[in-house]
Amino acid sequence: MKYSYFPGCSLKGTGKGYEESLLPVMRELGVELEEIDDWNCCGATAYMALDELKACTLASRNLALAQKAGHKEMLAPCSACYLVLNKSQHYMQDSPKVGRAVNKALKTIGLEGGTDIPVRHPLDVILNVIGLDAVKKRVHQPLKGLKVAPYYGCQIVRPYATFDDQYNPKSMDRLLEALGATVVEFPLKTRCCGGSLTGTLPEPGLLCSYILLKEAKKRGADVIATVCPLCQFNLEAYHDKIEAKFNDSARVPVVFFSQLMGLAFGLSAAETALARNLLAMKPMAAAA
Amino acid sequence: MSAQNNGNGRETVRIGFYICHCGHNIGAMVDCPEVAKYIGSLPNVALSRDYKYMCSDPGQELIQKDIREHRLNRIVVASCSPLLHEHTFRTATEAGGLNPFFFHMVNIREHDSWVHTDRGEATAKAKELARAAIGRVAQHKSLEVKRVSINPAVLVVGAGIAGIHAAMTLANAGKKVFLVEREPTIGGHMAKFDKTFPTLDCAACILTPKMSAAGNHENIKLMTYSEVAKVDGYVGNFTVTIKHKPRFVDAEKCIGCQDCIPACVFKEPKFADEFNEGLGKRRPVYIPFPQATPQVVLIDPEVCLNFDKKTGQVKEKGGCKKTCVTACGDKDAIDFTQKETTEEIQVGTIVVATGFQAFNPQRTPQYGYGRYQNVYTALEIERLVNASGPTAGEVISRDGKKPQSIAIVHCVGSRDYKTNKWCSRVCCMYSMKLAHLLKEHTEAEVYSFYIDMRTPGKGYEEFYNKLLDEGVHFIRGRVGEVTDWAFTPEEEGKLVIRVEDTLAGVVRRIPVDMVVLATGLEPKSDAQEVRRLFNMSCGTEGFFLERHPKLAPVNTFTDGIYLAGCCQGPKDIPDSVAQAGAAAAEALALIDKGYIEQEPNTASIIEAECSGCKSCVPLCPYSAITYSEDKKKAAINEALCKGCGTCVGACPSGSIIQNLFEDAEIFSEISGLLLKV
Amino acid sequence: MSTMELTRTIKYEADRVKGFGRELMKVPGCENLESCIQCGTCSGVCPMSIYMDYTPRQVMELTRSDFKNDVLRSTTIWLCASCYACTTECPREIRITDIMYELKQRAIHEGIYPKHFPIPVLAQEFMKMAHNNGRVTENWLATKLFLKTDWKAAFGMWKLGLALIRTGRFSFKMEKVKKRGDLAKLMEAVENVNIDALPNGNGHGNGGSKAGTPKAH
Repeated sequence: MKYSYFPGCSLKGTGKGYEESLLPVMRELGVELEEIDDWNCCGATAYMALDELKACTLASRNLALAQKAGHKEMLAPCSACYLVLNKSQHYMQDSPKVGRAVNKALKTIGLEGGTDIPVRHPLDVILNVIGLDAVKKRVHQPLKGLKVAPYYGCQIVRPYATFDDQYNPKSMDRLLEALGATVVEFPLKTRCCGGSLTGTLPEPGLLCSYILLKEAKKRGADVIATVCPLCQFNLEAYHDKIEAKFNDSARVPVVFFSQLMGLAFGLSAAETALARNLLAMKPMAAAA
Repeated sequence: MSAQNNGNGRETVRIGFYICHCGHNIGAMVDCPEVAKYIGSLPNVALSRDYKYMCSDPGQELIQKDIREHRLNRIVVASCSPLLHEHTFRTATEAGGLNPFFFHMVNIREHDSWVHTDRGEATAKAKELARAAIGRVAQHKSLEVKRVSINPAVLVVGAGIAGIHAAMTLANAGKKVFLVEREPTIGGHMAKFDKTFPTLDCAACILTPKMSAAGNHENIKLMTYSEVAKVDGYVGNFTVTIKHKPRFVDAEKCIGCQDCIPACVFKEPKFADEFNEGLGKRRPVYIPFPQATPQVVLIDPEVCLNFDKKTGQVKEKGGCKKTCVTACGDKDAIDFTQKETTEEIQVGTIVVATGFQAFNPQRTPQYGYGRYQNVYTALEIERLVNASGPTAGEVISRDGKKPQSIAIVHCVGSRDYKTNKWCSRVCCMYSMKLAHLLKEHTEAEVYSFYIDMRTPGKGYEEFYNKLLDEGVHFIRGRVGEVTDWAFTPEEEGKLVIRVEDTLAGVVRRIPVDMVVLATGLEPKSDAQEVRRLFNMSCGTEGFFLERHPKLAPVNTFTDGIYLAGCCQGPKDIPDSVAQAGAAAAEALALIDKGYIEQEPNTASIIEAECSGCKSCVPLCPYSAITYSEDKKKAAINEALCKGCGTCVGACPSGSIIQNLFEDAEIFSEISGLLLKV
Repeated sequence: MSTMELTRTIKYEADRVKGFGRELMKVPGCENLESCIQCGTCSGVCPMSIYMDYTPRQVMELTRSDFKNDVLRSTTIWLCASCYACTTECPREIRITDIMYELKQRAIHEGIYPKHFPIPVLAQEFMKMAHNNGRVTENWLATKLFLKTDWKAAFGMWKLGLALIRTGRFSFKMEKVKKRGDLAKLMEAVENVNIDALPNGNGHGNGGSKAGTPKAH
């Protein structure tokens, strides 16, 4: 199975751990990811704030490049990239004016199209294409006794709920159970972490992150599993500031779900990239 | 103005043409004298007049006078829409001594005067339309209005409050009524309510006398645990097949003593009790509620040990000790071998009163129904507060505690583009009623979260005031979600409602012990199948469609079939009862007249020319065409035919003709329009 | 003498910027704003609404009623984190998040925000970096943000900075796309395109189909 792979800027920067842990896991499951040659930034939420036509155009170059590369589908692990790419496709399809304007622009650099290639999330592919049975087969060190709070963030099931429920998504829950972990009942699965506001307007932004950490801790989670590099960053990077502000400890290790998969598969330390995380997870009983 | 012999040896056609000014409506835009003059010059036109108001008494008398004095045998009036005065002029024509179908009407008001701004163009069009009519009317034949007799028996489908009331009204008028109900007892949803708004009458207390009367009325044949399987026939003459589901209890022998129930081998009731919305339990042998009518128990084959789960058949051997049979004793009413039976009845009219179903809040997962145990639907609360409910009226939530604070969430599955767009009309009122009852039973703090307070009925606004006086907290803000994550200590262990108090302009978090969802009303899930049985339509929302939303709310497009109650749209009990009375009155009007007259624009098959290809048979939307295997010919039932013309157009051999729309009539109209002057 | 500070608040028709709401509704998906029944669900689920001067519901009403000046000066449009909770829950299927984006754009375009306000600065720096290099290098972006808004605050981040360096998540090198010329050409092609002025060309009303929230299967 081959997919066009769109990492996005974060996965090469602060979200390195995500890419480093995702690629080996996908390889184990028989999925080959071919990075789109010369991909560019998708624009994320920032560009949408300036001009949606331009944002759509910027994102569309990647869609067109992926379509050109010839694989049937593309994979975008970063939540914001996943949303922006999907949104751009919808935008071009729902508004023929926009579709034509973007295509015209793409033609000037020898590209076209981009609305035909589905943009999929790794959870979607793991659950619905590869299947949990294949995952279970590769679990050599089940994460027994590890209590995980599954945190989906807001962008992968809203507003486009293509592969999971908007209110109570379960794909990561099921994946974590397949890895042998204990999934903690976590009602704040899709509540905003504060996004970029944690850096620009800390007062409201940090409150959002704090709420998630506090509830995860209260529910007895050992670790929070995320899908988004910004969520992962927000939840672990500001614990000092949060402690100072709310007078409450909020240290819960935050990992990418792919890192937990790597651990369960028994992959090496480099391949699970746990060293990239700022807060260390408690060591697993039968470590690699 | 000379009449010509049309050369075929038929009677000479002498047409009287009248163009109406209709005051300024037509006269201002169409030069009526000019048109009259022009039409007067055409062949076959014996007389051509223009007149101010043709529909007036003098106008109608003029037609009659002219027919006699000028020996007219065809009449054309060019005026307004036939929907308004075709009947008036046909009657005048008939009073003048002619067959009313020798009259033809031309619309030069809605179709001409009212849509033109240029007098010249309007007048030219009027001339063309009138000329077409002159050509057509010459081809008109004498026709007789069909009369179909009406069987005085009535079928009422559904025995909720609407069905019961309709049945009682008809029965009291001396008509025989078949009252068919799908559930084992009559009473419908109203039987489940505790009190009714705004009077806070006990629902059972006002309903059971009516149920009793309906069960005992000599003119009502009650058929419970039965469904309509097929409806054949047409207005006045319906043949309905009713399917009776087996109770495994002989209704003739059972006296309703209910001794069998505690005698059942299931010492403790184990199965979800439908009447109590799953909050209580029952045994395989049960009666839905104590005042059920008829007072006959029934056995559920899905859970009774004497039935094979896979085949649904009664077990030859094995099963249980059948202690129920022992308890029944010499009444010998239990019969495990009972089978489903069918019965055919003949009725003249049908009243459909099949009711609604409550919205399933699992479709709105954000409210936590099914996820958090203390989230309830309104119907569940009705049973909870009811003295004959599963907790004898004590309001105890599923976690065993008495709630100190309760939230009522309005508009669940209503006014929501994602689920049901419409307003369910009764939820604001029943939410307030529940607020009152819950406060009465628990003294809890009650919060009601609404978008608008809809209190349109008599005494409804006053009821709202009463609730305000009782200290119920009304907060205008639609609830986005119900959650169990607590942010402050006071929220621990509770369900939290986060909402914008829009009137105060602030976001609030309110912790409560119990959440009540005011679920909306929607059409029953099998509405599409049921509507096909009765040849009715459904509106876009899925409720059965009335003939006219304002002027004919209980009629359908099928003659002889009427609607009453929530199956036509969400409504409260007073409106359901009113509609039931209205439907009964419509049926009675038909029955008492004894016959129905039908427009003779029906189609008929020229048997000699029919090739027996059967193309027409499945096309008829009114199932009016049958095929005879013996004769190898199709035939049309005139009484069922509505004159839609589909078969006429489809017949490959052209052997179907339609009265009032015969080829000669249509082609002459077209020729009239296209004639180059 | 009373020392109570009183302000007079009344809105005249003259305070409306007629057509502001209509224009905004032309953006695909924003047409539904017309059907808003002011139920307040959006404010109820918005995690940021407790900090906003006008709640999302109020912003919808003010926008629809053309009170442009109030809306573009609100804190609401900057506090929106684009989490889409409102859009998901709205019973009229109004794309509230997209309307917030529109308002943000207009405020940035007209320069209506406090000086050194981090959010528009971040957006603009993001755009510049994406344009010039094709990719965004987070640490450089953060640095630029601090320099342009509150450079002293950068010092408070030293611990985090070190931690990022320690774990190897601090990119010293600026990420770049190879075909920067292509990217420039692409963006040039849509530089001055006014999407509202383009012809529809497919016989439909403005903006194509109403983009509702697709449902989960």
